[in-house]
Amino acid sequence: MSRQSLSKAHAKITELSWEPTFATPAKKFGTDYTFDKSPKKDPLKQILRSYFPMEEEKDNRVFGAMDGAIRGNMFRQVQERWMEWQKLFLSIIPFPEISAARAMPLAIDAVPNPQIHNGLAVQMIDEVRHSTIQMNLKRLYMNHYIDPAGFDISEKAFANSYCGTIGRQFGEGFITGDAITAANVYLTVVAETAFTNTLFVAMPSEAAANGDYLLPTVFHSVQSDESRHISNGYSILLMALADEDNRQLLERDLRYAWWNNHCVVDAAIGTFIEYGTKDRRKERDSYAEMWRRWIYDDYYRSYLMPLEKYGLVIPHDLVEKAWDRIYNQHYVHRVAQFFATGWPVNYWRIDPMTDVDFEWFEDKYPGWYDQFGAWWEAYNRLAYPGRNKPIAFESVGYEYPCRCWTCMVPCLIREDLVVDKVDGEWRSYCSETCHWTDAVAFRPRYEGRDTPSMGRLTGKREWETLYDGWDLADIVSDLGYVRDDGKTVVGQPHLHLDDPKKLWTTDDFRGIEFRSPKVLLNQMSDSEREAWAAAYRANPNRTPATV
Amino acid sequence: MSTPSKERKHQAPASFPKPEFTGAEAGMLEFPSSNSRSYNYFTPQKMRATVYEDVTTDVQPDPERYLTQGWIYGFARGPGGYPHEWTAVKSGNWHAFLDPNEEWEQTIYRNNSNVVRQIELNLQNAKDAGAYAHWSRSWTKFVAENVGAWMHAEHGLGMHVFVSAQRSAPTNMINNAIAVNSAHRLRFAQDLALYNLDLSDSLEVFDGKVHRDAWNNNPSWQGVRENVERLTAVEDWAEAVFATNVVFEPLVGVLFRSDLMMQIAARNGDYITPTLIGAGENDYNRDLRYTRALFSLLGHDERHGAANRSTMQGWLDKWTPVSAHAAHELQPIWSQPSERTVTFADSWAAATDDFKTLVAEFGLTPAKEL
Ligand SMILES: [Fe+2]
Ligand SMILES: [Fe+2]
Ligand SMILES: [Zn+2]
Repeated sequence: MSRQSLSKAHAKITELSWEPTFATPAKKFGTDYTFDKSPKKDPLKQILRSYFPMEEEKDNRVFGAMDGAIRGNMFRQVQERWMEWQKLFLSIIPFPEISAARAMPLAIDAVPNPQIHNGLAVQMIDEVRHSTIQMNLKRLYMNHYIDPAGFDISEKAFANSYCGTIGRQFGEGFITGDAITAANVYLTVVAETAFTNTLFVAMPSEAAANGDYLLPTVFHSVQSDESRHISNGYSILLMALADEDNRQLLERDLRYAWWNNHCVVDAAIGTFIEYGTKDRRKERDSYAEMWRRWIYDDYYRSYLMPLEKYGLVIPHDLVEKAWDRIYNQHYVHRVAQFFATGWPVNYWRIDPMTDVDFEWFEDKYPGWYDQFGAWWEAYNRLAYPGRNKPIAFESVGYEYPCRCWTCMVPCLIREDLVVDKVDGEWRSYCSETCHWTDAVAFRPRYEGRDTPSMGRLTGKREWETLYDGWDLADIVSDLGYVRDDGKTVVGQPHLHLDDPKKLWTTDDFRGIEFRSPKVLLNQMSDSEREAWAAAYRANPNRTPATV
Repeated sequence: MSTPSKERKHQAPASFPKPEFTGAEAGMLEFPSSNSRSYNYFTPQKMRATVYEDVTTDVQPDPERYLTQGWIYGFARGPGGYPHEWTAVKSGNWHAFLDPNEEWEQTIYRNNSNVVRQIELNLQNAKDAGAYAHWSRSWTKFVAENVGAWMHAEHGLGMHVFVSAQRSAPTNMINNAIAVNSAHRLRFAQDLALYNLDLSDSLEVFDGKVHRDAWNNNPSWQGVRENVERLTAVEDWAEAVFATNVVFEPLVGVLFRSDLMMQIAARNGDYITPTLIGAGENDYNRDLRYTRALFSLLGHDERHGAANRSTMQGWLDKWTPVSAHAAHELQPIWSQPSERTVTFADSWAAATDDFKTLVAEFGLTPAKEL
């Protein structure tokens, strides 16, 4: 189509909407934002007549690559260390994708602009595409990778695991609460515009370096739809900015969305990239380096900062704080260590780190070895059953952390722990901002104004509560993370499948009692709790070299 | 990404790790679960799960299945996730519904691409052959006004009934089927809009603007517009799907598309419009398959069947008069073309016959006024 006929076509499609007079579309999802004074801003346009064949073409390339990978025996060259983490990643990601589809009517309800409605409806179809194409990729992994355990229980494990819940925010956050908070600020302005770069660009390049060239094919294909989504979000954001009354809400939501995305996405993707790779070339960028370029420079400096000209206060402090956590406070490394500590209740295996890894980490993150080296050596030493319990239940100088009630990642930057009585119970938070999110932001009043549409934090947010006082063997059976011999567990702290004696079974877990930090916290007296919190903050949680 | 318009460039790494043999291929070792190569958390309908079941089932979790911590975000005035209370109908097992069309990424794009390619080809051929040249004035006007008005109905339902409803059902299988339904509607509306543009370009006498006036003001179309607008106002997702696909579509949609347009176009020298309308009709037939499967399941639910039938009967009794009224308001357009091969009574009889057969499948009784 010529440029001229294309713009005529767009104009024609705009004529499809009309001002209703008999009844107006149901407002199912409220928002506290107003758009009455907003001039209409249009996103990138897409005509379905060209959209469907364009996407079909992309899909054909993906399916072609899948056939090629199987014929070319790709899995003979795939790193198990990498593929194991895909059991976690690919159990999580189809849900955020489909949630993005489900989020579209929230935004359509809230924003009076037919051009944006069209863009959002196409995005809905894209997101159905993304979710199902990713499920299909996982299915291929399950069929062709050496160890299908963990892939075979994927969506169940996602729904009942302590990691799945962390990831689930990146999804539930799109579809609940204030429609603009959820479907615009959290989903598009932050998750899609900032964090899909780490998800869909950094991850795939790491996959390729580990012998998996299918993940890049699928995820680049997914990412290629993203610029339209980002454009939808940007148009809504500009419309929201036109009304002074929305400023306060936008500033609140940017703080919440930025911080939650950082807590959740950097935890997960950072771990997959840094601990899932075998590529330890010095010229390979670390997650921190990628983050600095794509999130700090490209997103923060080129997208967020220019919004200041509209008078919006953007969360400079939280961007700097996130960077500080990633680079100086070893956030990603602490998360990876926590996941590895939790291996008995994982549905993937975690390869121990070796001297080659140590050296790379020390080079990229000075001070890494001091903090984590001895612990990973202990992890290695305790990798097989028989002589010892899983590392979490041996004394290696690692104190099991309590959960952040808000982001659900544990409170790993220990000096930042916040403990407060909220809604009648004692809760722990990983940071000031996570505390603020629960205690201040997700409430029906905010800074003196009513916010009746704002969402709520709900559910049994501390996973450990569900299994407080249980025997570890029973927990793993209850979760269903047991292999088809009825006793070998799915998660293992190593990659050796060749020797049955190295594989842990539920028998090895019998007699180990599991406790919930939150239950314990709520049993403490005031003075006990204060002493505990002070000790928690002061404990560097560093495994001594002599253990 | 930075600003939306700016495309980023990714540099290829300076070097790349050498591929090495890892032996991580299926079958290279035997160990517990080494052959566990199917998603084992749901029971497939047949012996082996279809790709559709694999890529759809349980992607939307359910507290009644594995979601042990429950939904972790809620609305100000109610729980988050996908509350069963968002519709009046109930099910002993919402997960029993599977889309007979087995729609997933591949089918969605193949199917819709085939349709748009076919349409584009037809329109190109028509243009090249000068197929519109011998259209009579009255037929040209008829298409401009009425086919033009109809595209609004398709668009309104696609955008504000189906896109909206796919947020709300208790399972991924239902929501995806509804999402695909909305894609069909929106695409068909655009197909008609672009056809309208083509006709404006090809025929000097074709009024490419009149469709808006017909839709907004022409008395014949006000019943249809009222029906569509009222459908968009329904909060209960199942009621909205039911009232659209089970009531409005047979009594108004099929009536207009199949029982009028498809019958008279050729007699008026128009061989092109039926190919477009036929594509829309085909979409509806496809969407009717999942609709049938869904409401049959609900109507025959072991525990809730009787209550559901009574709820659905209520919807039927509420919406039949609205759509019957819309259909009858439309009656004057039957006498507009110079070649009148069907009467409104014929068309209405055909439409209501199909409608009665459909509602009987769900164990419902059509309203007396039919
Ligand atoms: Fe997506
Ligand atoms: Fe997206
Ligand atoms: Zn937190």
